[in-house]
Amino acid sequence: MIIAVALFYIFSFIAVLSAMMVIASKNPVYSVLFLILAFFNAAGLFVLLGAELLAMILIIVYVGAVAVLFLFVVMMLNIKLSKMKDSATKYLPIGILVALVLFAELFFMLSSTTKTLNISPKVAKSTVTNTEALGAVIYTDYIYLFQISGVILLVAMIGAIVLTHRKREGVKKQDAYTQITRSKKDTLEIIKVESGKGV
Amino acid sequence: MIETFLNIGLMHYLTVAAIIFTLGVCGIFLNRKNVITILMSIELMLLSVNINMVAFSAYLGDLVGQVFTLFILTVAAAEAAIGLAILVVYFRNRGSIEIEDINRMKG
Repeated sequence: MIIAVALFYIFSFIAVLSAMMVIASKNPVYSVLFLILAFFNAAGLFVLLGAELLAMILIIVYVGAVAVLFLFVVMMLNIKLSKMKDSATKYLPIGILVALVLFAELFFMLSSTTKTLNISPKVAKSTVTNTEALGAVIYTDYIYLFQISGVILLVAMIGAIVLTHRKREGVKKQDAYTQITRSKKDTLEIIKVESGKGV
Repeated sequence: MIETFLNIGLMHYLTVAAIIFTLGVCGIFLNRKNVITILMSIELMLLSVNINMVAFSAYLGDLVGQVFTLFILTVAAAEAAIGLAILVVYFRNRGSIEIEDINRMKG
């Protein structure tokens, strides 16, 4: 019990701290690495809440794919670090004001509603694991949403490829369309050559 | 007083999520450097929403919250891919991703 409490505070403290460092660090590479740390600690919080599948998905999909994509883009675009130091303080007061107002609103609303809601943790006592229970729901009740999310990923993939693909000049490449649409009479000529004369 | 710190309840998870969400909003406001950090702030906000969803799902004993977290993760991954693709195209055209430079449309 006390270990769970300690783990909660460790995970949440590191998550909040690394979220702070994501927006505070000057170098975008450090920001991405702190984002990865925040994702890992959020996955720890998910495990504490009993959502093991989502924790694993967060680590595999998010840290493994999305954060690495971020890192790749950050390293691909060489951003000049020296140019971007000045104007951060210009928006500091309004940013802190907005953040304080937003957090105060969220905190008071949450504290008032959770007192009236008065819910206790429901620990799953069944033998079914979290992954099995989620699978039983996803593939039956939410099958359409599941399929649509697959279509969304497909559309995102096609969109990203179409956006970033570019044609380069001077590169010899196989063009399947011209290969297929080539006809015999355009390219092949049969000449009857009489004997004793050249072509 | 010490009881509220040692009894981890729904409120604790919601507070952590609220702090992370506020940090994400704050990051969008403070950042004038590059668009990648703004995309990362959006990812932080989505992460906090996911923590909210999973916390409610665990404490209400309803699995639907986790199902929706799965869909939020899917859509967030698609959004990140498209956003980064747009960013790469923008950098290829303009040679910079500073926010002060993105004013061609005069919006």
